[in-house]
Amino acid sequence: MPPADTTPSGLENNDIVIDVHGLTKRFGSRTVVNGLDMQVKRGEIFGFLGPNGSGKTTFIRMLCGLLLPDSGQGSCLGLDIRTQAAAIKPQVGYMAQRFSLYEDLTVRENLSFMARVYGLRQVRATVDATIERMGLQRYTNHLAGSLSGGWKQRLALGACTQHHPRLLLLDEPTAGVDPGARRDFWDEVHKLAGQGLTALISTHYMDEAERCHRLAYIAYGKLLAQGTTDQLVRNSGLSTWAVRSLHGDSEAVFRLSRELDSRPGVEQVVPVGVTLNVCGRDPDLLSALAVEHNQDFQWSRTETSLEMVFIDLMRNAEVN
Amino acid sequence: MKSFSWARFKAVVHKEFVQMRRDRLTFAMLIGIPLVQLVLFGYAINADPRHLPTAVLSADNSPYSRAVVAAMQNSDYFKVCEHASSREQVREMLLRGDVQFVITIPEQFGRDVVRGRRPVLLVEADATDPVATGGALKNLPQIIERGLEPLLQGPLEHLRRGPAPVTLRAHAEFNPEAETQYNIVPGLMGTILTLTLTMITSLAMTRERERGTMENLLTTPVRPLEVTTGKILPFVMVGYLQMFLILAASYLLFGVPMHGSVILLLALTVIFIGANLSVGVTISTMARNQLQAVQMSIFFFLPSLLLSGFMFPFRGMPQWAQYIGSILPLTHYLRLIRGILLKGNGLTESLYHAWPILLFWVLVVLLGLKSFRQTLD
Repeated sequence: MPPADTTPSGLENNDIVIDVHGLTKRFGSRTVVNGLDMQVKRGEIFGFLGPNGSGKTTFIRMLCGLLLPDSGQGSCLGLDIRTQAAAIKPQVGYMAQRFSLYEDLTVRENLSFMARVYGLRQVRATVDATIERMGLQRYTNHLAGSLSGGWKQRLALGACTQHHPRLLLLDEPTAGVDPGARRDFWDEVHKLAGQGLTALISTHYMDEAERCHRLAYIAYGKLLAQGTTDQLVRNSGLSTWAVRSLHGDSEAVFRLSRELDSRPGVEQVVPVGVTLNVCGRDPDLLSALAVEHNQDFQWSRTETSLEMVFIDLMRNAEVN
Repeated sequence: MKSFSWARFKAVVHKEFVQMRRDRLTFAMLIGIPLVQLVLFGYAINADPRHLPTAVLSADNSPYSRAVVAAMQNSDYFKVCEHASSREQVREMLLRGDVQFVITIPEQFGRDVVRGRRPVLLVEADATDPVATGGALKNLPQIIERGLEPLLQGPLEHLRRGPAPVTLRAHAEFNPEAETQYNIVPGLMGTILTLTLTMITSLAMTRERERGTMENLLTTPVRPLEVTTGKILPFVMVGYLQMFLILAASYLLFGVPMHGSVILLLALTVIFIGANLSVGVTISTMARNQLQAVQMSIFFFLPSLLLSGFMFPFRGMPQWAQYIGSILPLTHYLRLIRGILLKGNGLTESLYHAWPILLFWVLVVLLGLKSFRQTLD
């Protein structure tokens, strides 16, 4: 259901939905978002990653007018986030980290309240459609507070998409939700994106990050990297080996991990079940290690995971 | 496992103290509320009020009438503040509640005293609050007698003996039987409205913030004015429901007279309900949690209860307390409702008490809108 009747007002470049430059926010003397530059294109699912307290929530709140930036400029849907927040709000769907609908209202009552504050006509029909779209039929008359985590998230997603927003801002929407519910949730987001909706989603889950079209990684309020999953992995310059014990000796694997940790050229050593993932920046040094330990262990090249990339980014940011 | 462990007990006590220290406002209220009560009960409240405003309508200008007025003035009970010139004028003053007493001195008062005819001195008291007038009326005969004494000498010596030289006729207006519930029951209406409406609304917005629903609300296109007024309207209706209950009870159970128009009363009560709700909303924009909101409402309610003239006569309080009382909407509402029910006041006299409430309302709404944050900053 693309919003056919909403012609973008003041949108110069139709394809850029979020465009911020040097966006900065301070709380007292603490700089939470520091000179952020970022562009998000129309129809993109943009993943927003970073450690806790890195400024993700603050950034998202600035985009939808919940917080005023201290400096820098930004536009959201072609409208200035400082001065035109009132015009942005009706076109954005926002889902907060914490469930922020009314726990003492039923599913239907929550949805129709949200439909009304967005000034929708035919509230009843809209709410019915949302209930069906999100598969909430069974819970129509349940109090929102009595729903489980996964259903709460579905309700919240339904509530913030009823008014056909052109941009979705989802702040860790699937925190604490089981894999099945997460999968459903993401299928829904992809469906919406297929209809031309843009989504900015913050998450801590790597599998979710991989489902995004593009990613940005921030730490300490600074943007450290952005691009597709492939680009991020390639640009990280990391190469990874999977190491297995030839004799199924898990104790030996553990001893090896202790040893490799202190060797030059090894950035990360991560035990994954019975194997050890070893990654580093210099492939030659790792190859040399593979030769050195080839009597008891089997070494094979493997793909560098996003997790490796992000932890590498975070560690480098800490050093600086 | 011991059934009571001092270590665990101390852990709980310690945690409570730390939390108490974090919530400074709550702590300030715990100290502040007793202090306010102490000051109000200790200094402001006086059940035997003095210096009650009195109007004199005198048709006689003789040493005798002047002596009577001077004696009243000197007695501390009366403060002669108006020398009226007509019946209409004093009636108006009584209806509005500008004066507590009107003393009417008839023509030839001095001559009749001298001739031993015991002229009639008419004292009309606004007895809507019988407590306020009681002391003064009780002492009036002595006051007048003592005032005239110095003049009754020589040939008039004989007038000091026998019956009093003046016939005192006291009219307790608006509440001749001095029924205290006539005063208290209508007042209760104002008090209950103040308590419930302020507290309920102060919780309404704080609850949104505490539960995190405010964050969601702020991202929708809804505006502060829409939220505020939208939250208030249901409680206006609750306020009216309370009014109807109390009005019915005062009529059926207590037989409180309803001399004025109940419709007028209901119409003007809008202003009072609005003023109280706006206090609640303003508190809720400032309080950080529901406990603070309740405490701030009590902080507003306490002076309203004690300084408005509901529990203790307004005019019995020292000047500073009367100034504070005059700011509070309940003070004016009590005069308004007692005026309509007991005195049969119409629109003109009632508006006289309504505008200070309206002014209060406007100021508080402005304050509330200013502190409503549309962002989470």
